[in-house]
Amino acid sequence: MKKKISKIPFNGTKEQEAALQAAIAENKHDKSNLMVVMQKAQDIYGYLPFEVQEMIAEGMDVPLEKVYGVATFYAQFSLSPKGRYNISVCLGTACYVKGSGLLFDKLQEKLGIGADECTPDGKFSLTSARCVGACGLAPVLMVNEDVYGKVTVDEIDGILAKYND
Amino acid sequence: MNTLAELLAIKEQMQSQVVLRQGKTDSGCKLHHQVLCCGGTGCTSSGSVKLIQEFNDEIKKNHIEDEVNVIRTGCFGLCALGPVVIVYPEGTFYSCVTPEDVPEIVSEHLVKGNVVTRLAYTGIETTDPNVQAQIKVALNETPFYKAQHRLVLRNCGVIDPENINEYIAMDGYQALNKALTSMTPDEVIQVVKDSGLRGRGGGGFPTGVKWSLCAPNKAPQKYVVCNADEGDPGAFMDRSVLEGDPHCIIEAMAIAGYAVGATKGYIYVRAEYPIAVHRLMVAIDQAREAGLLGKNIFGSGFDFDLTLRLGAGAFVCGEETALMTSIEGNRGEPRPRPPFPAVKGLYGSPTVENNVETFANIAQIILNGADWFKSMGTEKSKGTKIFALGGKIHNTGLVEVPMGTTLREIIENIGGGVPNGKKFKAAQTGGPSGGCIPASLIDTPVDYDNLTAMGCMMGSGGLIVMDEDNCMVNMAKFFLEFTVDESCGKCTPCRVGIRRMLEILEKISDGKGTLEDLDKLEQLAQYVKQNSLCGLGQTAPNPVLATLKFFREEYIAHVVDKKCPAGVCKGLLNFTIDKETCIGCGLCMKNCPADAITRTDYIAPGHKLASCEIDPQKCVKCGTCMDHCKIKSISKK
Repeated sequence: MKKKISKIPFNGTKEQEAALQAAIAENKHDKSNLMVVMQKAQDIYGYLPFEVQEMIAEGMDVPLEKVYGVATFYAQFSLSPKGRYNISVCLGTACYVKGSGLLFDKLQEKLGIGADECTPDGKFSLTSARCVGACGLAPVLMVNEDVYGKVTVDEIDGILAKYND
Repeated sequence: MNTLAELLAIKEQMQSQVVLRQGKTDSGCKLHHQVLCCGGTGCTSSGSVKLIQEFNDEIKKNHIEDEVNVIRTGCFGLCALGPVVIVYPEGTFYSCVTPEDVPEIVSEHLVKGNVVTRLAYTGIETTDPNVQAQIKVALNETPFYKAQHRLVLRNCGVIDPENINEYIAMDGYQALNKALTSMTPDEVIQVVKDSGLRGRGGGGFPTGVKWSLCAPNKAPQKYVVCNADEGDPGAFMDRSVLEGDPHCIIEAMAIAGYAVGATKGYIYVRAEYPIAVHRLMVAIDQAREAGLLGKNIFGSGFDFDLTLRLGAGAFVCGEETALMTSIEGNRGEPRPRPPFPAVKGLYGSPTVENNVETFANIAQIILNGADWFKSMGTEKSKGTKIFALGGKIHNTGLVEVPMGTTLREIIENIGGGVPNGKKFKAAQTGGPSGGCIPASLIDTPVDYDNLTAMGCMMGSGGLIVMDEDNCMVNMAKFFLEFTVDESCGKCTPCRVGIRRMLEILEKISDGKGTLEDLDKLEQLAQYVKQNSLCGLGQTAPNPVLATLKFFREEYIAHVVDKKCPAGVCKGLLNFTIDKETCIGCGLCMKNCPADAITRTDYIAPGHKLASCEIDPQKCVKCGTCMDHCKIKSISKK
């Protein structure tokens, strides 16, 4: 899977860095914990910019290319920041059969962005999700933690309007 | 905890808590009702957390908190009807419950003992209150549950998964005690072998044989790994077991550890399953505290402990060698076998890896014996199988049936059939690695060998039902898009081969395919199947091969007639406006992104405005016009 790499400049805070260093200190005794640290780093920063990957490589004493290799291998790791509201549309089989592909197309059109992109104002980002395991509610989309089930194309405007801050 | 007596004492103490749910009575039980709210992923998504709070508030308001309690359980299996609530001792099943319904359930059912028939799920659709009152309302009487045989799921939706004592009350950890205190490791392996249990993750390799291959290998450290990286889209049986009964996995892994001589275990679970992850963490902590994990379990001298590892979203990690590489902190790429993991697995040590559902069978096999387990299923496939029913079907959810149950029984009887009067076309099994079973073979008993003979695969048990509106070419394309995305890229047949296959399929669904393309596709599929390194590549062509085998005429319609019979492949569709029904409102014209719609000079009889028409040359087939047409006079063919 090809990953979108963000051009937005990195602006991590001191607190974030301290949290990351703490996670590294806790895990550096065992290099097989690399993914554990990267998962924490993504929790802290929301994504894994190069600057963060460098810190992890140095802290865990593994080559940067390995960190980058792992980051680009797994779907969960993102190299570009998420919007304040990340919309993820489930494209698992059950949802797809019930028309989630149409929802995804419609959202791309409405937001003017493609998959794994963020709107210029940083408000919405759009991702596709593998099955979230709520197949009974298909088709499902999520806006951050809010789950919307049995969504139709007509409901998209209404859902987006809920996030108008 | 050191002895069986202590375990049984907890079970005894807990009896008053669980008797209602088992349909028994107990003099020590002060409760007259128990409310079970589903806290699985499906029902949590549809709002069960708020519901539980509401129940507790209402129960307090009615001053019955000493006689009624609320328990958050794991998945009941009927996710489409969520949030679901079961009230015992009646076993009344309430579906689609909203917080507004709670006061009525509490005051009518819990206080007065009258079932709220309006909300009770019966499996029979009727709005006639007289008929409703006649129907039995107990959950185990509904068609959905009656034909099932819940063995692996026996505790799911019945116990509180975050309370180890409830698991113990249901005979939990007795199998571990039995294995550790009265059986040798070889005897444990023999029982599992004799039971005929086969791996539920997809391949169907006999579990006991797997263990016996690992046991004799001498090494300072051996491992037991639980594969909970359920990546097959549309399948959620492992998720439900982990959410509903996490302790049964812990117990089984400890038994496996004892059998093969491993003292460490890893559970590799998808990070996309936050509820399952949380419940596993709670369960592991509780087991450690009770001395059921750790040093010298049951005073037997056997040590075993577990570590939880979160996956990061890579389908290929469901392959056992890839999963092990991922636990080691690498890109999850598979490696050639042999050496098999039983000889050289995790960190180069002998390792046994089994899937969640496989482990979930172990404790009961040890407790009840191989003969008991063998009595269920077909000749070569023993026990039960859980299927995640999804797609175009009434009852979306988990069903557990004995091996050898026919597809017709699963779809029509348990699943309630295809909705909206549509015709059943095919069932897709095994996700991106599987094939499809056409309607003509609906009476085939489902087991490992029958599915393999059909060019299908049990897979992890996803069962997606498709009706006449689903295009098989498009389905094959969908699964190939998935595998192309998820191919790790290590071996060429998979990395390049399936991408070329996808390109041919895209050509076909765009209406540019030829008959030669079909031959090329089939050849390439065989090549990829035979030459790929791991299970992902070896099975990726299955959806294509199966659809080519059973639905060749549909492919031919795409390449020869340039038509998509199901009306799905956009490149082959033509949108037309019926000039007789069009009222000329112009909404389609306004919303067409390609300016392909113009007004004609024809005014249909009885209408005031001239109708519209679509220029097929300009049309981009986005379907926007159809979405906006209020009178549905636009059709696609």
